[in-house]
This record gives sequence, C-alpha cells and structure tokens, in this order.
Amino acid sequence: MASLITCPHCGVRPKEEFTIRGDASLVRPAPTASDETWHDYVYVRANPRGRTLEHWQHAGGCRRFLVVERDTFTHEVYSVTDGAAFARENGK
Amino acid sequence: MRYSAFSIVKNALSGNLKWKPQWRQAEPKSHYDVIIVGGGGHGLATAYYLAKEFGVKNVAVLEKGYLGSGNVGRNTTIVRSNYMLPGNEPFYEFSMKLWEGLERELNYNVMLSQRGVIMLYHSDGQRDAYIRRGNAMWMEGVAAELIERDQLKKMIPFLNYDHARYPILGGLLQRRAGTARHDAVAWGYARGADRHGVDIIEHCEVTAIRRENGVVTGVETTKGFIGCGKLALAAAGNTSRVGEMADLKLPIESHVLQAFVTEGLKPCIDHVIVYGGGHFYISQSDKGGLVFGGEIDGYTSYAQRGNLATAEHVMEEGVTMIPGLSRVRVLRSWAGVMDMSMDGSPIIDRTPIDNLYLNCGWCYGGFKATPASGYCFAHLIAKNDTHPVARFLRLDRFARGYAVDEAGAGPQPNLH
Ligand SMILES: Cc1cc2nc3c(=O)[nH]c(=O)nc-3n(C[C@H](O)[C@H](O)[C@H](O)COP(=O)(O)OP(=O)(O)OC[C@H]3O[C@@H](n4cnc5c(N)ncnc54)[C@H](O)[C@@H]3O)c2cc1C
Ligand SMILES: [Zn+2]
Repeated sequence: MASLITCPHCGVRPKEEFTIRGDASLVRPAPTASDETWHDYVYVRANPRGRTLEHWQHAGGCRRFLVVERDTFTHEVYSVTDGAAFARENGK
Repeated sequence: MRYSAFSIVKNALSGNLKWKPQWRQAEPKSHYDVIIVGGGGHGLATAYYLAKEFGVKNVAVLEKGYLGSGNVGRNTTIVRSNYMLPGNEPFYEFSMKLWEGLERELNYNVMLSQRGVIMLYHSDGQRDAYIRRGNAMWMEGVAAELIERDQLKKMIPFLNYDHARYPILGGLLQRRAGTARHDAVAWGYARGADRHGVDIIEHCEVTAIRRENGVVTGVETTKGFIGCGKLALAAAGNTSRVGEMADLKLPIESHVLQAFVTEGLKPCIDHVIVYGGGHFYISQSDKGGLVFGGEIDGYTSYAQRGNLATAEHVMEEGVTMIPGLSRVRVLRSWAGVMDMSMDGSPIIDRTPIDNLYLNCGWCYGGFKATPASGYCFAHLIAKNDTHPVARFLRLDRFARGYAVDEAGAGPQPNLH
C-alpha cells in the first residue's frame, strides 16, 4: 500500500492518519427499497482485483471523509476527492 | 506407501533414495463427477473426505499454483475451538476432534501439538466476557479454564503484568488447543486424497466457468476445458473472482494478513498466547522460531504482501505484552490474501446454481477449520444436504437475519 495519501485539504500525509470505512461505490437505497436491495447494499461487495473506490476518513487531520480511488492489487492511488465534492459530482 | 518405523528404517538403509512422491502429477481427464477449485487445505480435505467417506471417486482438485502456496502454507498454525456462538462452537469442536485423530487417519505426521491456547484479559469487563465464553464452551462440552493472575504468573512469568494501560489480569485457557504443521496438513490430505483416486492437478488455473441452461458443465483452465458434474469452489482469498465467473454476488472482501517469524531460540514459549489488549498472538515453532501475527492491514487487498506500518504496529503490541521480545530479531515476514466475510464467519453452502457449491469466508481463522470444513463440504456436495454442525454457516444467513457475528462488529469485514 502506498504509505502516503494526499488529502485534498491537508496535503501529503501518512496513511496511518486515516480510518478506512470501505466501499464508496455503493449507493444508499431509498428507505422504501426492497429487502433484496438493502441486503445487497449492506452485505454484498463487488470486491474487484483492480480499481476500487473507498471511503477514508482523515481522522488524524481535517476529519473530512474522502473518496480514495486505488488499485487493490498494485496499491497505486489514482485520486483522492473530498467526500462531499464526490457526492455532488456523482449526484448522490 | 504407508509410513511406519519400519519404512523409515528400511529407507534409511537404502540411502533414502527410494521414497515415492506423495501424490501423482495427474493430467486432467475430460470429465469429473466433482471438480474442486483450489488446492489449499480446504479443497484437499474436501477431496479426501469425498473419496474416503462419501464414496465419490472421480474427483479432481485444480490448483493454480503449487499445493500449499495459498493460505494453508502462510498461516500461523493455531488450532482451537474456543468460540462462543452456537453457530460456531460445535463446528470448530468437530474440527478439533478431527485434528485429534488426523495423524492416525492420514498416516501422516501433521505435528499436532496440543500445547494450550491462552487468551489474556486486561480488565474486569474483559474477564466477564471470557467467563461467558468459557461457559458457552462448557455448554457444548468443551473444557475451558479461567486462569487468574497469580497462577498465570507462575505459568508464563515473562509477560508484562504491570503495563499501565493493559495490565494482565488473567486468561482463558483451552488446553486441548495448540498448533499443527501447516504444510504437512496440505501434504497429508493431498496424499490421502491421491490414494483414494483423486486427481490433483497443480499449475492449472480456472479462468472461466461454463454453463448451459443455467447449469455448470465445466471449467476453462490454463490446461484446457474440463467438464464436471458438480463444481466446488474453495479458493480462499480469491472467492469473489472465481464467483464472478458464475455471476455470484458474494458478501466477501479480500484482505491481507501478515505473519512473522524470528530467529530460532531455545524453548521459551510453551503455549499459544493471545494478547487481548490489542490483537497479537504468538507461539514458538518446533524449530525454535517465534511465530506471531496481529491485525489485518485494514483495507481491501489482493497483494500477497503487507505494509510496514502494520508490521510495526504488530511488533509494538508484541513488545507491550512480552518486553523481552524487543531483543529478538525477526527473520521473515509474509502475507496472505483472505476472504473477510461480512460477519467474520465462514460460508459452506449450495449456491443459486444447482450444481455449484461454495466454501469461503474463512477470514483469518480457517486453518483450524480445515478438517471440519473439508468434511462438511464433502457431505454437502455428496448428499446435497448440509452437515448438522455447518447449518448456521449458510450463504443466505445475512438476508434471513442470522449473521454469526462472533466479534459483534456488524457488517464491516475489516473489523472482524
Ligand atoms: C498470515 C495468516 C495467518 C493465519 N493464521 C491462522 C491461524 O493461526 N489459525 C487459523 O485457524 N487460521 C489462520 N489463518 C487463516 C487460514 O490460513 C485460512 O483461513 C485457510 O488456510 C484458508 O483455506 P485454504 O487452506 O483452503 O486456503 P488456501 O490455501 O489459500 O487455498 C485456496 C487455493 O485456491 C487457489 N486458487 C485461487 N483461485 C484459483 C483459480 N482461479 N484456479 C485454481 N486455483 C485457484 C489458490 O492458489 C490457493 O492455493 C491465517 C491466514 C493468514 C494469511
Ligand atoms: Zn485532511
């Protein structure tokens, strides 16, 4: 794993300042969505070997939630976006 | 060839040149009744019990690397059955009982060493939790002992009892638990399966699953197409990728766990010791090296290597528990890729596709499960019926609201 993450707010920081929350590609279903949709959201993961989106919180810094795009095999980090900005861009 | 004192003497007298390979280098046939994907401990144990217990002889195990190249040869070798939940404890105790007879069963020295596993506690709350766990074990007929501080000091004098934050107050001991030689477990099952006619095909990666009319008919591999009646997945760590070949959506994330071994020392650690203040466990191998590990690295990963920060964290925990460790040199470290399931417990089940079977989600506790996993999976494949001790380990338990959440961490794989 890359040992440094570039926080859009704080700059280059050691990975240990961040807390990982998991898959950021999931879209929270409507409260009225079917049980199956909720089941998939809570329990099922694509778990790709390759590019993935994850929520990382910069707990030891600005405390913002970030979306980190990285490769689960090479561990290359492609981009780090502020969580709110990511949500706006992706219409979530 | 059966191993015995006689066979050792006989081979010694002929210069040890006449030992036979332990299993044949099989070439794939065009069709098998059952194909097992993954030549790790679980896949091999499944093949062994299928052939030996359930009479299914036309079986192949396909392994993309060499036998033992996966987690079966990467783990820290701890076997125990000190679980708390009714969905787990009978299963792991069934496994423990199979371990206790395994050497005789396989005619193979897997070096099972029942040296005792002790889990330390550091607070009153944690002691109560361990008492509860011990009682849960007793309710399933499994002996557990609470060892209080004074007694523990005599048993294990070198621990840091007076740590300011995590003073050691005692521990929960399972005496029958211990370690086994991990490679030998794979080799022993491979040899046993081979003797019962199973084809073990190494360097044969499954690249696609072929289906006709919704039913699996075989697999594409790096050695060509191989047809099958039933297909069984036991591909620890790569389950999502193999599952994807049949459009399975799975409650799995792949995470990496590291292990470490030190230079060889004279015998000094008699038990497997688990540090309850964080997550650290240590034992001494028969060669003298201290074998230890800690938490997973925390993020999803398919790389069979870990990161240095986690290594540092593991060492810190170790030194917190055993200050003397700071003067020991680490020889090697390595990592394995594991399926972390959403509740930290495994899955042994049929899939929505009738002749496709699934064995996965072992997280970092699957080595101890190897015999029971193989037995129960073989039972399921042969009879199309779940073995009673695996009945809580179904794939649909999340949808039904029956997660087996031993750690109480919820659907967050990196917290189990
Ligand atoms: C560092 C570490 C320490 C651990 N410590 C312990 C411990 O102390 N106690 C304990 O109980 N458990 C422990 N575990 C967990 C345990 O090792 C695993 O849960 C268990 O070994 C998994 O089952 P397996 O042996 O069948 O897996 P593996 O040996 O990984 O077998 C799966 C096999 O499938 C093969 N495969 C994958 N994809 C394909 C494909 N497409 N085609 C063909 N073959 C394929 C792989 O090459 C691999 O050989 C540890 C794990 C790690 C990584
Ligand atoms: Zn920041």
